[in-house]
Parts: sequence; structure tokens; C-alpha cells
Amino acid sequence: MEILFYIFSALTLLCGLLVVFNPFSRNPVTSAMFLVLTIISMSGLFVLLQAYFLAAVQILVYAGAVIVLFLFVIMLLDVKEEERRRYQKFGTILGFAAVGGLAAIIINTIHQSGVGQTLTSSGTGETKPLGKMLFTEYLLPFEIVSVLLLVAMVGCILLSKRDETTEVEAE
Amino acid sequence: MTIGLEHYLIVSVVLFCLGLLGVIIRRNLIVMYMGLELMLNAANLALVAFSHFRDNLDGQVMVFFIITVAAAEVAVGLALIVALYRKRQTNDVTDLTSMKL
Repeated sequence: MEILFYIFSALTLLCGLLVVFNPFSRNPVTSAMFLVLTIISMSGLFVLLQAYFLAAVQILVYAGAVIVLFLFVIMLLDVKEEERRRYQKFGTILGFAAVGGLAAIIINTIHQSGVGQTLTSSGTGETKPLGKMLFTEYLLPFEIVSVLLLVAMVGCILLSKRDETTEVEAE
Repeated sequence: MTIGLEHYLIVSVVLFCLGLLGVIIRRNLIVMYMGLELMLNAANLALVAFSHFRDNLDGQVMVFFIITVAAAEVAVGLALIVALYRKRQTNDVTDLTSMKL
């Protein structure tokens, strides 16, 4: 079990780094592919935490839907442009320093709070109680989220529709 | 050494910082969006870890909602990026400095 945790978390972090900072390729498609790997290894971590339903949803929604959406948009846009530009050296170094400092502060806080000692698991994470909870205690948020998805759908159609009225005016 | 909550939280923090790094150092809007996704995933990992180690399923329900909202957010955000690209022919933030279209 322990070795699995180390394998999955190392894969997650390595692929996550390659999404944002890849020294060999600046192509957004490569980033998207490494994002898929990050998400798959993260769903491995979810399985280790006995969140089986979320592991499945993670792969279906992220690796299935979100990444396909990303790739569609990358294909619509121009990716050659990105490869010609360089990293701004100063900004990159400053970014690494700032983010490293933030990580150090939060990790230090986690160590000092001692959450690891006080909490241990007995391990009851199954899909059935999760589903029961989703449809009893959290029924209202669940329905509101479905409305949110509808709103997002309408918004997408509105945004990606060509604006015909302004084109007529321009003519 | 057994794997405790602390280990998962540290992985989550490092992943969050990687996402933040992506938003800071990359200038391509789509890759910055991927950084946002990484940050959301890091929050999900922390929530699932807390839910597991507290024997409480509320965290997992929260993660379920976060995944749904993130999917909606990605759809709208990418539609915005495409609309912006149509107007300005670029998706690099160094070229998008004016507030007027």
C-alpha cells in the first residue's frame, strides 16, 4: 500500500510539473497529454483513499470530457505562435521562488498543526452511502448544480455563436 | 512508516503550487487554464484525504460538486477564450493588455 502511494504521488507531481514547465516542448497539446496522466495517477490516489466512485468520475469527467474540450480548443486556435515565444527568464525565476516559498509555508503549517498524529482512518468509503447522502442530505445542492450545468450550456452556445447583428451593421 | 493524512496533504500542497506556478510563468491562456485545473484537483485531493481520515463522507460529496462546477467552468472559460481569439487573433496574455475589445 505504501509503495503504491509513493508511486502514484510521484507520478502525479512529475506529470503536474511537466504540464506547466516542460523544458522539451512548449506545445499546449503536450501539456494537455501530461494533464491526462496527472489526472489518471490522481484517481489512483483516490482509490488508495477508498473513494472509488470519485476515482471513476475523475477519469470519466476530466480525462474524458475536459481534456477533449481542451484539445478541441487547441485545434481551433494557433499553437505555432506559442512555440516561438521564450520564457521570460526573470519572471520564471521569480515565479519559482514565490511558489516555493508558499509551499514551504503551508507544509510547515501542516507539520506544526500535527493533523497526522491526531487523525487515523478506519476506512469506510463506499459508493452506496455516498449516493444515499447525495440524494437525501444534499438533494437541493444537487438540483442547483444541474441548473448550473444548464446555464453553462446556454452560456457556451451564446458565446460561441457568431454575432450576426454586428456583422450586418458593419456591412 | 504508514501513510497518514500529512502525506496526502503535502502532495496536495505541492500540486496546488505547481498549478499556481503554471498560472504565473506561462503566458498562454489555455495552459494557464490547465494550471487552474491542477489547483482544483489539488483541493479535491485534500478534501478526499480529510474525508477518508475523518470517516466522514461530506468531503467526497463536496468533491463531486467541485468536479461538476469545474466542468461547467472549463466549458464557459474555453468558449470565452475562443470568442476572444476570434476578436483579437491571439491567446497570449502579453498581447491582451487593453480593457477594451
